[in-house]
Amino acid sequence: MGRAKLPRKSTNIDMTAMCDVAFLLLSFFILAAKFKPPEALKVNTPNSVYTRIVPERKVLMVTIDKAGKVYLSLSDDATAQKSAIIDAINTQKGLGLTQQEKDAFSRQPTSYIGVPFGQLKPFLDKMSVPDGLKDVNVAGIPVTDTLNNELITWVRAAVVAFQGDQMKIVVRGDYQSKYPSFQGVIYAFKKNDLLKFQLVTSPVSVPSGSDLWKLNQSTNTKGAAS
Amino acid sequence: MAEMDTSSGGGHKKGPGVKKSKKLSTRVDLTPMVDLGFLLITFFIFTTTMSQPTAMPLNLPKDVQDPNDQNKVKESAVLTIMLGKDNHVYYYEGMDPTKIQSSTFKAIRDVVIDKKRRTDPNDFVVILKPTQDATYGDVVNIVDEMKIDDVKRFAQVDISPVEYSLIQKTEAANGAH
Repeated sequence: MGRAKLPRKSTNIDMTAMCDVAFLLLSFFILAAKFKPPEALKVNTPNSVYTRIVPERKVLMVTIDKAGKVYLSLSDDATAQKSAIIDAINTQKGLGLTQQEKDAFSRQPTSYIGVPFGQLKPFLDKMSVPDGLKDVNVAGIPVTDTLNNELITWVRAAVVAFQGDQMKIVVRGDYQSKYPSFQGVIYAFKKNDLLKFQLVTSPVSVPSGSDLWKLNQSTNTKGAAS
Repeated sequence: MAEMDTSSGGGHKKGPGVKKSKKLSTRVDLTPMVDLGFLLITFFIFTTTMSQPTAMPLNLPKDVQDPNDQNKVKESAVLTIMLGKDNHVYYYEGMDPTKIQSSTFKAIRDVVIDKKRRTDPNDFVVILKPTQDATYGDVVNIVDEMKIDDVKRFAQVDISPVEYSLIQKTEAANGAH
């Protein structure tokens, strides 16, 4: 009984194909990755277990920085709304802004408002120059005084500008900022009958053993926390 | 050089004086390169998904003056949580603010869960009252805590002066600055 001899095969595999795939994927991910846009205002957001992604289009963003100063900005796609807002404020308050000053807010993607109405003209002058606002200490939009909450006027102008479009309101606050600023922001929304908004947070995982964790385990669906 | 040695050690099979240069293989071991490639891929995948900020939806109750339009809650089913200075949390059950108790963000979960287990889930309401000494981070943390504890109904309300003075008294009594 002769046994058939198995030919001994080499264990070396040609790695070229695998290498090709690896680098193809690598280049795809690098190119597809969206880089963080440079942010004019630095804010450390608090953490939460929510998994819903922050909207990016048609967004009215209110930023609260570490010191509790409030800034207003809009998403990049809302250029028309930006100019409508600045026009409305200009006529309402009689600020006498030039076209160049208005463009400083409406044309730049990272523009923001961070001063009371009285200081808006010099603020926009500085904004029209590149890096003009670097190292400039701005006052922020006044919100903490209920009688002089200027954010109400800004938000009202935004509501008018976004008419017919679904405006999404996003609040991006620093976790160290004091509550009165946030309270003032909420007050400004409430005065405009805007009761739904979203807070920007950094994601953290759900603590194991908690009720939500159990809920997620039982439904076994990813993203149940949203 | 190594090839030269082996050919000479082989014992002059091709005859003396005949030097045959061995052909070098052009094959390179690509395994480390593949390793590196996949390592970078994993790195990029992880970093891109991690840096995406998330949104916490917050719905406010509408201010209504008419008491008939206001939402009614059972007194026994209410837990009021107040946020004080330096991450201190105060809470009381029911409607009597004098039963105020001090707590922390870590300990408040057990309080909420305990209350939740004792009450009818249809009635259970948590009222959040941040004081002016609290930070924005505290507010987000406590709303997040509601999510973690799967509390369906919670409302954020401004604090009343009575409650605020009680908190200040408690803080003074505890020696908190």
